[in-house]
Amino acid sequence: MRRQLPALVSLGVVALMLCILPFVISDYDVYLVSKVGIFFVAILGLNILTGYTGQISIGHGAFMAVGGYTSAILSRDHHTNLVLTMVIAFGVCFVAGILFGLPALRLSGVYLALATFALAISVPQLPLKWNGYLGGSVGVPSSETKSNVWLYGAAWATSAVLLLVAWLILRGRIGRAFRSVRDSEIAATASGVEIGVYKTLAFGISAAYCGIAGALLVMASNGFAQPQVFSVPLSLTLLIGAAVAGLGSLWGILAGAALVGLLPEISTSVPYIGQEHGKDVVYGLIVILVMLVLPGGLAGLLARLRFLGRG
Amino acid sequence: MSVLLELEDVEARYGPVHVLHGVSLAVEEGAIVAVLGPNGAGKTTTLRAVSGTVRRSGRIAFDGKALGRTGPDGAARLGIAHVPEGRGTFSELTVSENLRLGAYTRRGSIKADVERVMTYFPALAERLRQQAGTLSGGEQQMLALARAFMQRPKLLLLDEPSLGLAPLLVAEIFRIVRELNEKEGLSVLLVEQNAHLALQAAQTGYVLEAGKIVLSGTSDELRADNSIQASYLGY
Amino acid sequence: MLLLAAAIFLLVGSLASAKFASFTVLGVAGGMIYGSLALALVLIYRATHVINFAQGELAMLTTFLAWQLSQWGLSYWEMFFATLAIAFVLGTVLQVAVIRPVQHRSVVATVIVTIGLFILIDGIVSWRWGGGFQVLPSPFGFTTYHVGGVPIQRKDIGVVLVVLASLGAVSALFRFTKLGLAMRAAALRPAAAALAGVRVDVMLAIGWGLAAVLGAVAGLMAEPSQFLEPTFMQPVLVYAFAAAALGGLESPIGAIVGGLAIGVFQTLIVGYVPEISSELQLPFAFLVLLGILLIKPSGLFGRREVQRV
Repeated sequence: MRRQLPALVSLGVVALMLCILPFVISDYDVYLVSKVGIFFVAILGLNILTGYTGQISIGHGAFMAVGGYTSAILSRDHHTNLVLTMVIAFGVCFVAGILFGLPALRLSGVYLALATFALAISVPQLPLKWNGYLGGSVGVPSSETKSNVWLYGAAWATSAVLLLVAWLILRGRIGRAFRSVRDSEIAATASGVEIGVYKTLAFGISAAYCGIAGALLVMASNGFAQPQVFSVPLSLTLLIGAAVAGLGSLWGILAGAALVGLLPEISTSVPYIGQEHGKDVVYGLIVILVMLVLPGGLAGLLARLRFLGRG
Repeated sequence: MSVLLELEDVEARYGPVHVLHGVSLAVEEGAIVAVLGPNGAGKTTTLRAVSGTVRRSGRIAFDGKALGRTGPDGAARLGIAHVPEGRGTFSELTVSENLRLGAYTRRGSIKADVERVMTYFPALAERLRQQAGTLSGGEQQMLALARAFMQRPKLLLLDEPSLGLAPLLVAEIFRIVRELNEKEGLSVLLVEQNAHLALQAAQTGYVLEAGKIVLSGTSDELRADNSIQASYLGY
Repeated sequence: MLLLAAAIFLLVGSLASAKFASFTVLGVAGGMIYGSLALALVLIYRATHVINFAQGELAMLTTFLAWQLSQWGLSYWEMFFATLAIAFVLGTVLQVAVIRPVQHRSVVATVIVTIGLFILIDGIVSWRWGGGFQVLPSPFGFTTYHVGGVPIQRKDIGVVLVVLASLGAVSALFRFTKLGLAMRAAALRPAAAALAGVRVDVMLAIGWGLAAVLGAVAGLMAEPSQFLEPTFMQPVLVYAFAAAALGGLESPIGAIVGGLAIGVFQTLIVGYVPEISSELQLPFAFLVLLGILLIKPSGLFGRREVQRV
């Protein structure tokens, strides 16, 4: 307990700061920090799959889409309470993650990367086909929108709850099983760990986290679930966040979330290119330039951060 | 006889691990020079330092010019042919393609060169269309030599040619090396665990231990030396 | 074995039904396009073990550039070859500027960079040409031949011929030229190739250039019959993934054959099941990819990776 004390204290300080923050910063900044919270949840989940279980995914934006659309559709058609939609999105995406994880058991490495990338570009196309029910390119409007402060509270409360859940899951047998899969599948099987079960579980959990984050993201987008919000840039964002988070240090995840949550906002209004496509151009450019310029890339930069939860 | 290759206080490292701690040696034109020593002494690294395959510092002069930061492809263009441990042949390519690759740095027609090579390595002549990976160990070593020779180099760096080969084949390989040296004037820097064979082929030798030269001299001198006899010649 | 059975199936089906036969021909043409892009992927993967996620978007970019050239008055074939040249330059420049600095680092770094490239190209093309009404001119015309009662479009024959020609050229380059030999050597064993005097990094850049050319051919031949849209290469990319995977990611022949197989299969299914309209192309492609990856993770032509314990 004594060794964990400094970590807990830092955590407490951060929590306290988060509680005070909305009262001292502007409304727009509240929105921004809410987005950081949303990405925190998503990257926390993705990290369980990539950092802990060692499976790659370039497609978790698809699960955020499923969660987001679930929430929006429930809200539009049944006026479901938004928090309830979040919980349902969590469940739906857990199932979706398992459904994808089962066939994905046979894939690994580059093949898994291919499959998840294809998932990332395919899923956002689905609303365009069923543009009645799924809203097409206009999107699905939720029946209510919430204030930025509400969003802030929801995002960070969810973060806190899901962080606790993750901690509980990972500290026990399941966490050890995940890590053994990451470190050596052969050794894991030899010790009796059923790899299939745990890989699929990791997919399910990470998808669920991303799903609930997706629901929150929809709420952050004025309640609209739109295909372009969930396309390739989002999946790349999650990947970058997970890369920064590395093997799962809590501060890494937080830093990753901060980085990716704030980044797209910086590039929204680009002179000359205009807002709509400027975003993509700048985003792509920034990502590439950063990877080129930073020695060791983003992951190297934060490899030195070793506070809480070192695995 | 002028000096073709000269190493002066050369250090080399793999990342943070320093393997060579100031090696100085020289190869005269037309000579065969042997580098002896126990495992891990840095013999292979010495050759790699010359061809630029490993990070090095210190002075290396080849054919009168300092090598500076030249990498392996640059060294090849200057006339250095390195036959590494493990031979460096391309198992997925045919024998003929391996030879053509050897001549990569040459301009103009290589037909004459191929014929010349075939006289030295008749065993390869019948296997031109075969995949190099299907050759026997001895044939692969010959292919490695042949490929290096296609470069028409001035200096041949030969790393452990006897490794994994039966004595008869080894004798054959060394015979060919000596022939190339005498007839074509090819200078050779030879790394070899089998001190006996090495000193037979070479005129001069160096003994490397833990990254430093501890002894040098003509082969006769080295053969007569007591410590060499004990450690490497098994007397 | 499987291929023989498939070939027989197609032959029998084509003889039985004219519709089947015309779909098969259409599928072959489409398959050549997938194969071309798949070959580009394999080329790069073989040499560097990197998947260029932006390969499709790069092809899309060169196709838009081709349109622009045609707008500036070039005839079709002038535009075609100019585009190939531009693609080559683009490919090599990208490798040198963007990939080379990161490829020695982690795999993730390269993945991030290629996906970043994907997004960047998408953004640039959408900004410059998005929402416009571009149609790429077709050099083959719209005549339909009737062979034994089977309608065969001249366009499809043209596609097959053009792709075959480009594949032939690339193949000849690799098999018969000194440069091709050097490139193969650099891909197989970079260290040994360097000792023979090959500049491995230059070979890699040229490899990317060639891959871009193959992609450009795929893009130009994909010639969407409607307006040129920035997303038109995305389903092609997914099918190309599948085709490349069928060849174990390292076999050029596997990629081509895989492409043909997928092209025919896809055309037949879409032809007989009209519910799979153009909007579902991408998700359908995904399912095809998933299916193929599940059936044969190491590909039809690839080798099983044996893991050392």
